[in-house]
Amino acid sequence: MSNHMNVSERHFEIRRATRASRVAVLVLLIVAVLVASFPYWAGRDTLRDFTQIAAYLVFAMMWNLLAGYGGMVSIGQQAYFGIGGYAMLILANYGGLSPFVAVPVAGAIAALVAVPVSLVAFRLEGGYFAIGTWVIAEVFRLTVANLSWLGGGSGTSLTALQDVPRSLRESLTLWLALAIVVAAIGLLYVFLRSKRGLALTAMRDNAVAANSQGVDVKRARFGVYLVSSGGAALAGGLYFVSNLRISPDAAFSVNWTAFAIFIVMIGGLGTLEGPIIGTLIFFLLNKFLSDFGTWYLIGLGTLAIVVTMFFPQGLWGYVSRRFGLQLFPVGRRVVFLDSGSRVLSARKESADPQHAAH
Amino acid sequence: MSSIVNILLQGVLLGALYALFAMGQSLVFGVMRLTNTAHGDFIVLLVFVLFVLTNLAHMPLWAAVPMLIGIAFCAGYALQYTVLNRVSGRDPLPSLVVTFGLSIVIQNVLQEVFSADPRALATGGFESMSISLPGGIALGLLPILTLAVTVAATLGLQWLFGRTPLGRVFRATSDDREIVQLMGVSPRRTFALAMGIAFVLIALAATLYAMRTAVSPSDGPALLLYAFEAVIIGGMGSFWGTFLGGIALGVAQQIGFYIDPGWGIWLGHVLFLALLTIRPQGLLPKTA
Amino acid sequence: MSVILEARGLTAFYGDFQALFGIDVTVERGEVIALIGSNGAGKSTFLKALAGLLPAPAEQIIYKGEAVGGAAAARIVGAGIALVPEGRRLFASLSVEENLLLGAYSARPGRWTLDTVYALFPILKERRHHLATALSGGQQQMVALGRALMSNPDLLMCDELSLGLAPVVVREIYAALPSIVAGGMSAIIVEQDVQLARRVSKRFYCFQEGRVSLAGASAEVSDEAIALAYFGAMS
Repeated sequence: MSNHMNVSERHFEIRRATRASRVAVLVLLIVAVLVASFPYWAGRDTLRDFTQIAAYLVFAMMWNLLAGYGGMVSIGQQAYFGIGGYAMLILANYGGLSPFVAVPVAGAIAALVAVPVSLVAFRLEGGYFAIGTWVIAEVFRLTVANLSWLGGGSGTSLTALQDVPRSLRESLTLWLALAIVVAAIGLLYVFLRSKRGLALTAMRDNAVAANSQGVDVKRARFGVYLVSSGGAALAGGLYFVSNLRISPDAAFSVNWTAFAIFIVMIGGLGTLEGPIIGTLIFFLLNKFLSDFGTWYLIGLGTLAIVVTMFFPQGLWGYVSRRFGLQLFPVGRRVVFLDSGSRVLSARKESADPQHAAH
Repeated sequence: MSSIVNILLQGVLLGALYALFAMGQSLVFGVMRLTNTAHGDFIVLLVFVLFVLTNLAHMPLWAAVPMLIGIAFCAGYALQYTVLNRVSGRDPLPSLVVTFGLSIVIQNVLQEVFSADPRALATGGFESMSISLPGGIALGLLPILTLAVTVAATLGLQWLFGRTPLGRVFRATSDDREIVQLMGVSPRRTFALAMGIAFVLIALAATLYAMRTAVSPSDGPALLLYAFEAVIIGGMGSFWGTFLGGIALGVAQQIGFYIDPGWGIWLGHVLFLALLTIRPQGLLPKTA
Repeated sequence: MSVILEARGLTAFYGDFQALFGIDVTVERGEVIALIGSNGAGKSTFLKALAGLLPAPAEQIIYKGEAVGGAAAARIVGAGIALVPEGRRLFASLSVEENLLLGAYSARPGRWTLDTVYALFPILKERRHHLATALSGGQQQMVALGRALMSNPDLLMCDELSLGLAPVVVREIYAALPSIVAGGMSAIIVEQDVQLARRVSKRFYCFQEGRVSLAGASAEVSDEAIALAYFGAMS
């Protein structure tokens, strides 16, 4: 038998972090500290902006978790965004709970609601799962719109914070936003690096193969759906604590998912840094161009089409492949060393959906 | 008693329109597994094209509709061939995002050009003509026409798929798009042809829809959901199933409207979810 | 010209993975040749490249004097090359007859029609309206073969006709081969069963890891030489 080993024996190491990623973590920590200090010096608009960014970001990260890691594309996660908002409102207005405490509780409630919902939604697959979840979201929207004690179609206000001085309210809202963002990023980062995270990646790439390796695909999908829904509700609760006014059309609007899709398409599916970069870009676009109303939306829609067709890994995904940047190393890389322990070459191996051979 | 009969009849007639909305989607999903989230928006788009033909070009309806059908076929063929063929594959995400983007673009372009106000098609009073049945029930001529068109469309599609060479090609391409090339079939052209036919159905649906109510640019998503629900309730892979699914949805909505106007659409959605839970394969699933 | 098909240094890739490293094969008109080799040796890849399902440089496949490498599969079947794919790959929602009719889509004239295919495999006529996948493995193989014949090819390529079939069924199918090629049709038969392949062919090529390791007349080459070529030289 001829010797098929055409790779000579080379020494190699398995590494996780890249130089870029270490820098990125540092930058994020600095940013987090900076943001925490906002209430002491920054203007009201800045605080509001950050809270908005936080809501978009967390919702997009949760959508990314569901689609990019769980392999389930949903156009209905706005259901939980709305449930988060309304649950928070009910707990605060009628339950006497502080809205800031009500938000995480609303997250838990949403995750509970996700249990029976998943039983129905999981009957469908692929594209029809996506539209089915939209129907479910519509059911929630229509239900709430028909309930007059919740304000019906025109909505209602968060009255529980009426007596709180405005600057205190805004500070607390900001810190809540920061806490939620940090928790979300941190937990996802830890999770995706873990054994379960690896299982998720395997499952997304090839469910049958993963199954044969002992990954419980059904349970994993269920778990991801619950987490994603709970997280989406955190974003919703946070958004409406800041907004103070809620209505079914705002809370359960499919536009939330549309924005999440744009963010993830720009930033890249199935990476941790994708949604962060995507949200920042999206937010900037929003701030400067949304005055153009319909033209802005036409531009967004066209961008989504073009990016999907020509940059399937998202704009950031394209850049990161081109230049080998990976900010949140959730995968491992093989680094070849020569005898002098100098890094000869590094091949990137990441938890990335389009990394499969076809 | 007569009011129950009335509700059922009105529900069937409404459902026929939903079934017609759904036929195109049933066809497209059957042949190329494509989920087109802009389906409803294409219906609305063609409604506005019809407005342009009748209002701006001052074409009479009997000339504008065939023209619309011709435009629709070409548009559908071109759309599939140039844009959607690149995203019609195993992975549902690209087709979802691309059609979602199209949905947003269409809605906003229409809004920009035509404003957000609802518009109705002038039919010279046809939409209010009706036959009177005993028991005080009035059946509109337009809904009856819609039912006739939908039945004809269902029969036509059933015949096309089951008995013609083209239907064989559609089914084979849907089964195995790689091997069908060995027979000399071009999957790309086949998909484009399927989309062209689907757009013809959309054109018919658009015409009847515009004759029935005033249409505004943002109506699309709701129509998508009705079409989708009709397909699922009826069972995927069966045109008669889609027909029945539309009827069932129409009846459910009509019952809901009767109970309380705010709950009409809600009841349709709930029926859909209930059926999905109890009988996920639909009313008339295809076994293959 | 007596050579109907020539592969010259044919290379083929699946993405970054190279499957064929320069295959030289010729097929003469009216000749039946066999391709043997273990799994993964590249035999199916070779047939796919010839059929137009895999890209290849144009000049690496010469058919009837024309460079057809990389041409679309539809053009290749129109030119007269038909493939019976590995694993049958029948259309599951079509009946037996509909599968056969689809084979005639390219509308090439010739002696193969529904009637002549049914004459070759009478059992298919009995079950013509059954769903193709409801038939037994051997009958499905007949449908796949008939479907390829319906395009009236000048070169028929069969990828592992015997796959998953009982020996008695395999014999039945290969018994039909002489009458199929009687009119001057050329054929490439890919087979795992070496003895069977040698019996039905005039010449053979042995593939090993994407290369031709041995070529010769089927009746003449020794068993040892074939075993060496099949498994590769031991070092």
